[in-house]
Amino acid sequence: MIDKRMTADEVVAELRDGMTIGIGGWGSRRKPMALVRAILRSNLRDLTVVSYGGPDVGLLASAGKIRRLVFGFVTLDSIPFDPHFAAARQDGRIEVTEYDEGMFHAGLSAAVKRLPFLPIRAGLGSDVVTVNPGLRTVRSPYSDGEELLAVPPLRLDAALVHLNRADMHGNAQYLGPDPYFDDDFALAADRCFVSTERVVDTAELTAEGPVQSLLLSRSAVTGVVQAPHGAHFTSAAPDYGRDERFQRHYAASAKDPEEWPRFVDRFLSGDEERYQAEVTRFTSEEAAV
Amino acid sequence: MSEATRAEIAIVACAELFRGDGEVVASPMGLVPAIGARLARMTFEPGLLMTDGEAYLVAGTPGEATTIEGWQPFKKMLDTVVPNGKRHVVMGTNQLDRFGNQNISAIGPHSRPDRQLLGVRGAPGNTVNHRTSYWVPKHSTRVFTSEVDVVSGVGYDRASAGGPAASRYHDLHRVVTNLGVCDFDTPTRSMRLASVHPGVTVDEVVDNTSFELDTSAVTETRLPTDEELRLIRDVLDPDATRDKEVRA
Repeated sequence: MIDKRMTADEVVAELRDGMTIGIGGWGSRRKPMALVRAILRSNLRDLTVVSYGGPDVGLLASAGKIRRLVFGFVTLDSIPFDPHFAAARQDGRIEVTEYDEGMFHAGLSAAVKRLPFLPIRAGLGSDVVTVNPGLRTVRSPYSDGEELLAVPPLRLDAALVHLNRADMHGNAQYLGPDPYFDDDFALAADRCFVSTERVVDTAELTAEGPVQSLLLSRSAVTGVVQAPHGAHFTSAAPDYGRDERFQRHYAASAKDPEEWPRFVDRFLSGDEERYQAEVTRFTSEEAAV
Repeated sequence: MSEATRAEIAIVACAELFRGDGEVVASPMGLVPAIGARLARMTFEPGLLMTDGEAYLVAGTPGEATTIEGWQPFKKMLDTVVPNGKRHVVMGTNQLDRFGNQNISAIGPHSRPDRQLLGVRGAPGNTVNHRTSYWVPKHSTRVFTSEVDVVSGVGYDRASAGGPAASRYHDLHRVVTNLGVCDFDTPTRSMRLASVHPGVTVDEVVDNTSFELDTSAVTETRLPTDEELRLIRDVLDPDATRDKEVRA
């Protein structure tokens, strides 16, 4: 079997300007942040980002990486709004395709199943259809004749997801309470790159969790990146929860044009190792206050 | 028992939203609706199902050990729970118009908003699939607007214009605020002031609403019972966090 281990920077080297990139997780939960940080360090641009959005979207928007965002929401969960995303929208710096959460999933599912669309009730009557004039409806061929929204596939050039464990071949496992939509992202994409807390032997996967926790099959995975704390500052339960103190620091810094360059300088200008070291330092400084 | 506060009256009005719902998932957003839903489950609506805000359905009452009674990750919620309809959501809103159209997406033009909000989230799907209520902690003309900028949750007029598939399961129930309770029980399905909370006048609600409210049959919101007050104060919210959402 193939050894698919690679580094975050090697993943980013596989991506190209203008690609459509799906990002797994949900809000500020199990986001592939180490891979996002690698994109921040790169020259990639003009991306179409498809995400149940959290700080991944805010950070990529702040660095000018996003041309278009496909989303249903962007939130930090315990903090309602991401300041960078708000600023990017209010300054007109990004284009958007705004969907209902269920429509978003229907679009991913259509891509997974290689269908031209999936019908859904969600969106009808709302301004989702007004602000997305390309959306079409479809009439049931049966006697009910219902006219439903036909959500086109959200096909992705690449998907980035973060799982608790993976083997070197790409079999990947979630150990928290919610798989989110990472399996759909993986199968909707031409190539899926998984970052993981720990690369383990295949046999260890079922030793640590039930077989139902094996979310991604290696056939859906192109590359595996070992990235401990790679979802930080979002949650990766049960390995760690959301770093609320750090997230507050992120949001406060993002809101303040004077403070943001200092945040970038300290946390985002170096590599992942430097980031994690600075986070450790930040945590002990804050604990001492 | 000391007199009920406004927050406590609002909690009971939120609990009343769920009366008769049976075994459906109650999804209250906001502190007062969350306490209200739990109060309803502890008293007159024991069949309600509730999540822990993550992926578990949890049984039992606060103070007891939490018992997981089900698994409802986000995908299951969007794929089956919402479209299947056994759910009653109480959403917040930044704007709400006379027919119950809600905006949580953006203020101003969608192409370049004056103020970006959350995004439409699941509001379009919620409103055309199952019963929906709203909670407004501060009733004001800023929230109760004549038109909303981005229709997220679908109101009665837009559901009707959206065709039979949009209106088939559409069911806007009530709007609870810090001042009173509104519903849509009018011939045109426009908003009606159903009750004012004790100590609030009809004029006060009208003055804080940008559109014309039907005020032809306004009653007074019922007071909490002594048992409800005890549950709110001693069991559900002993730290009185409710007073942060609704000022006395």
